[in-house]
Amino acid sequence: MVSITSSETPDGSKSAATPRSLNDVVIRLAGNSQDGIQAVGGFLARLAGRSAQEVMTYMTIPSTISGGPSIFQVRMGTGDILSAGDRADVLVAFYQHSYESHRPALRPGGVLLYDSDHVQPNPEDREVTAVGVPFTTATVEAVGGSAKEKGKNIYVLGVLARMFDLNVPKLSQLIKERFGGKNEDIVRNALLAFDAGYAFPSENLQQCLYRLEQPAPLPGARPQVTTDGNSALTYGLIAAGVRYGAAYPITPWSSIMETLRTELPKYGGIFVQCEDEIAAISTALGFSYGGNLAITGSSGPGLSLKAEALGWAVMAEIPLIVINVQRGGPSTGLPTNIEQSDLMQAIYGSHGDAPRVVLAPATVEDCFYIALEACRLAREFSTPVIILTDQALATRIEAFDEPDLPKLMVEAKPDLSTRDASFKPYPLDALTRHAPPGAVMGSGKYPIVTGLEHDELGHPTANPALHTKMTAKRREKIKAVAATYAAPEVFGDQSGDVLLVGWGCTYGPIHEAVGRLQASGVKVGHLQIRHIHPFDPGLEAIFARYKNIRVVEINDEGLYGYGQLTTLLRARFCNPAIASITKTDGLTFRVSEIVELVAQNLGLTSIKTGARSHSVLAAPNRT
Amino acid sequence: MSAPTATPPPAQASGAPRAPLTKKVLTADHPTWCPGCGDFAVLAAFYKVLEKLNYPQEKIVTFAGIGCSSRFPYFVNCHGGHYIHGRSLPFAAGISLGRDDLHVFAFGGDGDGFSIGGNHLVHTARKNPRMTYIIMDNSVYGLTKKQTSPTSPIGFKSKTDPWGAFDQPINPMRTLINSGATFVARSHATQVNHMVEMMLRASQHDGFSVVEILSECVEFFEGAFDSSVPRKGGAFQTIELKKHDGSPEDAARHDPTDELAAFQLALEPWPGKFGVYYENKTRPTKNALEQKLIANTREKTKGASDLELLQKTFARMR
Repeated sequence: MVSITSSETPDGSKSAATPRSLNDVVIRLAGNSQDGIQAVGGFLARLAGRSAQEVMTYMTIPSTISGGPSIFQVRMGTGDILSAGDRADVLVAFYQHSYESHRPALRPGGVLLYDSDHVQPNPEDREVTAVGVPFTTATVEAVGGSAKEKGKNIYVLGVLARMFDLNVPKLSQLIKERFGGKNEDIVRNALLAFDAGYAFPSENLQQCLYRLEQPAPLPGARPQVTTDGNSALTYGLIAAGVRYGAAYPITPWSSIMETLRTELPKYGGIFVQCEDEIAAISTALGFSYGGNLAITGSSGPGLSLKAEALGWAVMAEIPLIVINVQRGGPSTGLPTNIEQSDLMQAIYGSHGDAPRVVLAPATVEDCFYIALEACRLAREFSTPVIILTDQALATRIEAFDEPDLPKLMVEAKPDLSTRDASFKPYPLDALTRHAPPGAVMGSGKYPIVTGLEHDELGHPTANPALHTKMTAKRREKIKAVAATYAAPEVFGDQSGDVLLVGWGCTYGPIHEAVGRLQASGVKVGHLQIRHIHPFDPGLEAIFARYKNIRVVEINDEGLYGYGQLTTLLRARFCNPAIASITKTDGLTFRVSEIVELVAQNLGLTSIKTGARSHSVLAAPNRT
Repeated sequence: MSAPTATPPPAQASGAPRAPLTKKVLTADHPTWCPGCGDFAVLAAFYKVLEKLNYPQEKIVTFAGIGCSSRFPYFVNCHGGHYIHGRSLPFAAGISLGRDDLHVFAFGGDGDGFSIGGNHLVHTARKNPRMTYIIMDNSVYGLTKKQTSPTSPIGFKSKTDPWGAFDQPINPMRTLINSGATFVARSHATQVNHMVEMMLRASQHDGFSVVEILSECVEFFEGAFDSSVPRKGGAFQTIELKKHDGSPEDAARHDPTDELAAFQLALEPWPGKFGVYYENKTRPTKNALEQKLIANTREKTKGASDLELLQKTFARMR
């Protein structure tokens, strides 16, 4: 997968000034949360996106307000970049604790770039190339004393730009765009810090100069955009015509509500910050009842609070978009870590028989498109739709093709036309199409939307036959959603030893694991389930083509040995070949982890995990 | 394209003359309340209010939570809904904010409003959406058959306090004034004209207006409000509002814009006075503030279409 084209001499010294060409590199920045390493990672990711390179990032932020270790890992390159990479080729260590915690994540042959003002690396460590740079003092020198340590992140960006021969005009432009809104001094200081980092004496870096291959742009290719999952989801909602919403802040959901609060007024809409989660879903339902499909969202604990109102929305058949950016649970759990343990809550969380639609985006790009899909389904079937995303997708930055907005934009207005005399709010033989307030009722009788069981006209009733029929109506409506889905596509081998099934943020690592398993002779396919409830049609036939089905999910195996999606798939298809690969460490799956677990799980002894053990930065004679 | 705004239905656009709203037009399902329940009188008064307001029927929305009085929307032939317990205010606020062309009324009881929905009462008052909230306070949980309510007086014997309640009851007027509601009034289900006057004033107030109506539960708390019913030997004392005529008697009258005076009035011993306690005509509604935010924001975007706005955003992500 990795090709190193190098013109180096065997001893790697004389022509070191000639950058070696790479097509894939993983850089891990490790510091504290207030150091702005997310900003540096963001710049690198966006630069890669602007250069039509594939990019994927991964980050952890502590849940404390300021301070605490934080990392940002960015992987850039040509070809498909599907995961943020398991181990790093470059480790940028801001502090001794960063060095100590993350040195094991650096591949042999990789480069350790450390702040010589704060870090003393192990002098015995000859496995990696250690380059000390006085980030702190050099930044203060470049920017001037008043700036203190602020700007050392940008200084590091300059050093990395030199190391990887990055496009300086594009980076300067990104810095200006990022800080342009603030005062001029900030832009000037940032550029000073960047230039100083870039000018770091090259003799110190002569062993470590590289160039990332630039892919030839495909003819007719759309420009690449670079953003995180929460932002992609937010703008997907806006493209889908959502103009109203309400929420309460909670990590890692909050960035969606912050963006909607500032963006929606531009589109003539309103986003309300409510006093609590229940008020938020209630206000959103009020907007939807008024005829404008609305959105609310939260993370798991907030969804628990919204559960009663969600049941009302199912009963009253009011369309609504509910986003759950999953984090580690239960309770406050791991608020800034990934877990996929709210799947059962999304499908069943409420009371009574309350079927609703649940979708899970697979990538950052998919966050945009799934928002459009969710809104279409909510409007067409007059139902709540839950988008089950997660902390990893929410915060990860990816590059993807700019959406074709003129084709995708949806304009939606309340239908206030006069309803004819035969109008029924809850017909048994048709989909519910509510008449929002403002619509004149031809019958002269105005409808009440209600959480009580009701007849076709919305009158409360406890009639046994009607409750049976209305329960069936609500169930069949959600089943009808599945009829609009196509059978999903399987990546990799279309039949064989094992089918890896995933949902949510596991898409990338599973996809890469397929390649590594195939290289070892395993016949393996990958199916990512985006439609969680109801399922896509055709799954049974797909499953029948494989000896084993392993569902890879970041949640617990539960009392009976199966993860949450696995439990559902086993219940649905009664296929004993279905089993789980689960974990609950609060981190995304690494590719090698999946490969190892599949091998272990299936008793395959001859599998090499296939992760490159040495860094691409290692001189060829060393690997 | 700007946000979806309501367009008037064709009948109205063509200016066709409308029949006035009458009790006959407004009557829907027959109330499920017990004979003698105070809520019948509230409903009758509300019909009268709608007759007087004569809004287009399709523009009136009634919403409620859970409780005996929360059945209200089923009995009014207008658009409406029956929501979950205690949460009708944020729902109704959503209707009002999203559809500024509507007239939104929320109904509920003391349990819905002051207990399970207490947080929403405080924050809806704070946000001041344009809507009216009618609380039918019977000082007991009636639908669930006689448990202590947040306004049950100390000593009230219920199924949950058979020895007599000892938790301090909520003082609704004090709570509402303190929360920043911009129109706070109190009335009595035995006084139809007074109820009509209070509800009418509340409907015409530009902001979050609340009328608390003492409405007796004859099944589970009979005689609860006798001390303010003249034919039961009590006294119905109304609040005389300042006329600002410079007369000596005017000095003793209540100025509803005086928050401190309103608060003092709220502290009077049971059964207290009836009328307008507090009215703030200067605080802008949330509806107005959000519309102002939209107008200011759109001025900056210089009339860009929705597509252009979103294209610009994506261009910045390149």
